[in-house]
Amino acid sequence: MSHTILLWSLTYAQLALALAACLAGIRILKGPRAQDRVLALDTLYIAVMLLFLVTGMRLGSIFLFEAAMVIAVLGFVASIALAKFLFRGEVIE
Amino acid sequence: MIARLLPHPLLVLVLAGMWMVLTRFSLGNLMLGLGLAVFASWTMHALQPERVPTRSLRMLPRLAWTLFVDIIRSNIAVARLLLTEGSGCRRSSFLLIPVELRSPTGLAVLAIILTATPGTAWVEYVSETGTLVLHVFDGAESEHYLHVVNNVYVPMLQEIFE
Amino acid sequence: MSGLGTVPIWLSVVIAVFVVLGSTLTLIGAWGFLRLGSFYDRLHAPTLATSWGTGGIALASALLASWVQDRPILHELVVGFAVIATVPVTLMLLARASLHRDRMEKAAHLPPELLQASSDPEHTSQGAPSTSSE
Repeated sequence: MSHTILLWSLTYAQLALALAACLAGIRILKGPRAQDRVLALDTLYIAVMLLFLVTGMRLGSIFLFEAAMVIAVLGFVASIALAKFLFRGEVIE
Repeated sequence: MIARLLPHPLLVLVLAGMWMVLTRFSLGNLMLGLGLAVFASWTMHALQPERVPTRSLRMLPRLAWTLFVDIIRSNIAVARLLLTEGSGCRRSSFLLIPVELRSPTGLAVLAIILTATPGTAWVEYVSETGTLVLHVFDGAESEHYLHVVNNVYVPMLQEIFE
Repeated sequence: MSGLGTVPIWLSVVIAVFVVLGSTLTLIGAWGFLRLGSFYDRLHAPTLATSWGTGGIALASALLASWVQDRPILHELVVGFAVIATVPVTLMLLARASLHRDRMEKAAHLPPELLQASSDPEHTSQGAPSTSSE
């Protein structure tokens, strides 16, 4: 019984998070401006990180958690760097 | 002497605790974590010599609780607004709030609090006039946010940092 | 597979509620993110995923791992806390970058009091995390 409850809720979560990542991917393609794409990248990496956590719960594996942590840290650094670039990149100086 | 060897005692404790949470609670890990944390605190000291002044930490639990309740409330509000998006009754707006808080750390914490709460986003802080520019998702709630920032969060942060 | 069946029913219901809540909020956030019209509106959508989206899933994951491995496992809470605390910094920087760019090109959707706030925001204003003194 509890196995069924957990399996269904985890499957639902995997589908929902995968869909969320796809929606963010569409926004990366649509833009329209650079800051929209960076923000979409942010949403995308959060959704993928959560997907890794949920998949790790389902498989009972610790390695997916480590991967999620790496994604969280690298995603943060990457989007900070991109945001800083937007400050300087197109400014006429 | 102690102050020179351990410039940031709180940072050392938090880092060692995090190390043990990430690995396993045991004596070996405690010693390894403490060693690494002390090393990290020296690095921190080399990067930023002055310590963050904190006046009293008594307010911290109340701040955390207020933030917790606020995040739940605004999660529900924003999720509802997103689901009914397109019916045309929501207008977002920019909100200019004069704040009394001057401590850089307090402002940094306020920025994270306001941005982490769904519904408000920190856009800018003009330091000479002390004006904070927020973007609020639901313009009809501007009054509410004005009240929350100036009468709830700012006094708490002032008590902690100023 | 991995001891999912050994979890008592009450705990599995709690875990399921947190997981479903977290993933649904993330999905609503991403959906709204796609539909909203302006950049500043879209800035609010990811915060759904980073507050209770991440919080719910991290909490559920910690509960399940602690039960299955029979000792308290709090890794997930560290990751959850890291995300909750760091993503606002990114959002704030992006908002400032966007305001800066909008000012540079005198965008029509900015209210006038923001357009003329300062011609060079890098020098006259500061975001909170940079502690540079004037």
